Amino acid sequence: MTEIMTMGKVTAAYISGDLDHHSAAQIRSEIDREIADKHPKRLIIDFAGVTFMDSSGIGLIMGRYKLMSASGGDVIVSRPPAYIKKVLKLAGIDRLAPVYDKADGILPREYHKEKEVTPIEQTTTQSH
Amino acid sequence: MSRRPLKAINEMKLCFPARSENERFARIAVSGFLSQLDPNIGEISDIKTAVSEAVTNAIVHGYRDTSGDVMMQVKILEGSRVYIKIQDKGCGIEDVQKAMEPLYTGAPDEERAGLGFTIMTTFMEKVRVISHPHKGTTVVLERTIQGKNRL
Repeated sequence: MTEIMTMGKVTAAYISGDLDHHSAAQIRSEIDREIADKHPKRLIIDFAGVTFMDSSGIGLIMGRYKLMSASGGDVIVSRPPAYIKKVLKLAGIDRLAPVYDKADGILPREYHKEKEVTPIEQTTTQSH
Repeated sequence: MSRRPLKAINEMKLCFPARSENERFARIAVSGFLSQLDPNIGEISDIKTAVSEAVTNAIVHGYRDTSGDVMMQVKILEGSRVYIKIQDKGCGIEDVQKAMEPLYTGAPDEERAGLGFTIMTTFMEKVRVISHPHKGTTVVLERTIQGKNRL
């Protein structure tokens, strides 16, 4: 599943689950549709929710890099887990897209507000 | 100098149609079977990635214009050695050496990074590729598991 949102000139794609040859096709078309609609200057691909990634993920980043750089934009890879970093490093992806371990200040802020868990008020009274 | 072949302690075989939905199944089946060796997270994720690359190659390249089955055999050998054979009866590879070069891809239109064999050779200790045009490709991956106690 991919959650995509655009704030101004920044599009963020939050990928979750396994990213392989099978799932890449749909993720790719969802991201590309958003880019075609909104013409962002920056695409942030967030990997925090990705449970597995093989070289199909590299193909996905490389393809989006080509797409974004064709219109003068850039791509940022955000929050990859350790096992994904290993694949990113092997591919030398940081030559195309900078890799950020933290999302602070790069991901659209509104998303985090939405995701913030509101503390459940303690309404139950304990009786003995 | 020839070494005595390692004895197989346990073994499993799988056969599934070359459909991309089965890439995930293949990885999960291998990691499930190997869980008896109590591998650490890094080892299991390396193996899953290498298996995913080999199975995807069979589906994307081997059976590019045809359909068929992917055969997988996993053996646990003495000394926590893992042997994984992934086989297809697809189109085969004309030039194995070229196919194994980093960034070479036989499917440039499909956003394949050309890193499948690079990942296999980096994440596994031994990789063997046997291929015959029009007959198919066999990839054998081997690696020793250290396990959680030696993380």
